[in-house]
Amino acid sequence: MGLEELVPDGILTTSVEKMVNWARRSSIWPASFGLACCAIEMMATAASRYDLARFGAEVFRASPRQADLMIVAGRVSKKMAPVLKRIYDQMPEPKWVISMGACASCGGVFDDYAIVQGVDTVVPVDVYVPGCPPRPEALIYGIMKLQEKIDRQRLKPEPPPAAEPGAPASGATTV
Amino acid sequence: MTTATAPEFKTITINMGPQHPSTHGVLRLVIELDGETVVSLKPVVGYLHTGMEKIMESKTYTKSITVTDRMDYLSPLGNNMGYVGAVEKLMALDIPERAQVLRVVLLELTRISSHLVWLGTHSIDLGAMSMLLYCFREREKLLDVNEMIAGSRLTPSYFRVGGFFRDVPDTFVPYVRQFVEEFPRALAEYQNLLSKNRIWMKRTIGVGTITREQAIEFALTGPTLRGSGVNYDVRKTQPYCGYETYDFEVPLGRNGDVYDRYLCRIEEMKQSLLLIRQGLDRLKPGSVRCNNPYVFPADRSDVKLNMEELIFHFKIMSEGFKVPAGDAYFPIESPKGELGFYVVSDGSPKPYRVRVRPPSFINLQALETMCIGRMVSDAVACIGSIDVVLGEVDR
Repeated sequence: MGLEELVPDGILTTSVEKMVNWARRSSIWPASFGLACCAIEMMATAASRYDLARFGAEVFRASPRQADLMIVAGRVSKKMAPVLKRIYDQMPEPKWVISMGACASCGGVFDDYAIVQGVDTVVPVDVYVPGCPPRPEALIYGIMKLQEKIDRQRLKPEPPPAAEPGAPASGATTV
Repeated sequence: MTTATAPEFKTITINMGPQHPSTHGVLRLVIELDGETVVSLKPVVGYLHTGMEKIMESKTYTKSITVTDRMDYLSPLGNNMGYVGAVEKLMALDIPERAQVLRVVLLELTRISSHLVWLGTHSIDLGAMSMLLYCFREREKLLDVNEMIAGSRLTPSYFRVGGFFRDVPDTFVPYVRQFVEEFPRALAEYQNLLSKNRIWMKRTIGVGTITREQAIEFALTGPTLRGSGVNYDVRKTQPYCGYETYDFEVPLGRNGDVYDRYLCRIEEMKQSLLLIRQGLDRLKPGSVRCNNPYVFPADRSDVKLNMEELIFHFKIMSEGFKVPAGDAYFPIESPKGELGFYVVSDGSPKPYRVRVRPPSFINLQALETMCIGRMVSDAVACIGSIDVVLGEVDR
């Protein structure tokens, strides 16, 4: 069928985009960024019974410069928020963030003076995993959802939508 | 013009944390180094400050139990016990025998699961990577127990003022018995891997030494204190839940170094197994709720049939129960040390003030003394040997 017949055995054809996305999603390296209770469940996810290695995401890196996923596991205090932002900034692109647990997602039970009410006020979040703390299965599901998201990524930025006739030429869209 | 002088003595200050490779949470250490030798070391805490003591003032006595779970998240049931113990002391409640025995069993199971996390993370810090996998293998079984009794793996909130909110399921006793049978083999495996391991011994023996006198001066508690040979265990000195009627020993170290603290904790797990066995043998059928209609509503079936029971149920669930004015301090031996809850009541359904004596926080003081004059990598060994949980340090 076309091109495939011409290439010898053992060679697959694909698009660059698909291959890059496949490589990225199959070896997510999380930064070991444990904050509170959820960090223990994060460790349990990586440990014997749940074995995160099955999803290619078990290489917890101590340095954010080697990581491409930040799992915010636990409550983020106002003292910790600048540190968290800095660690996020140190991670090389492309990078993703999973907000693990109720505290990281929205402050959880700790609606008070000390806790940031949702880590999405500090860094952009890709996947929210609910639970207090989430079960390892939930975190694994979150990582799989992230893999789906990575699979949909385009290497080339999407072209801006064509301006509708009659719209202002500046490209500003009205909501 | 300057005369020739000796090169100036220079130290550098480095910042370890709050995000750092050693797996003990958001602890920040400001370390002053001369070459690679630690000259001074200051822990900076507060990166996980949650305002839990303040939050508990705005919750009823029952709701606050949920908050205590998240303090020392490695031994949630221990924290439950400290808190409900203080409230029970204020109310002078009479706890049924079955609840007391179950509490001992659950507290000791929690102690083992906390020590397993300590062993796994402590050894991963020192390079023994596979230990974490082995320790979590056993710990998962204990988390299954939590799930069995309360539905949640890590934060069960199972204890209530006056007992438990419900009895353990029928599968509980056989499951725990099986665990008690299997666990010694796993423990022997850990000791095989570490106790006589040459690298482990070089990294831990003679490192982070705290003398007996220093340990007492720092007010250390728990295995960190007992590693230095001081015999102090709250279960023996101020028994609760009927610990005085159980037969167990308090393991003591000699040299007060990282290795002795390691041996103490390993031995503590064995003693916990003894306690669990005794507890299971004593377990008799009966109620796990104290017989006080102002604290515990009647059974669900009675609530549906009886007007008075319905009113009591509604009052307790919506308003909470009132605790007589006064204050109480209740210490327990948590896996980290003496965990005390000081509860002040003004007679309303919410505590006026709750103050926690966190063992990790107080044990953390000794870190500088342990590390001075040693290499940076020994600091990592010392942090692990204190078994510090930042959720408890910062609260």
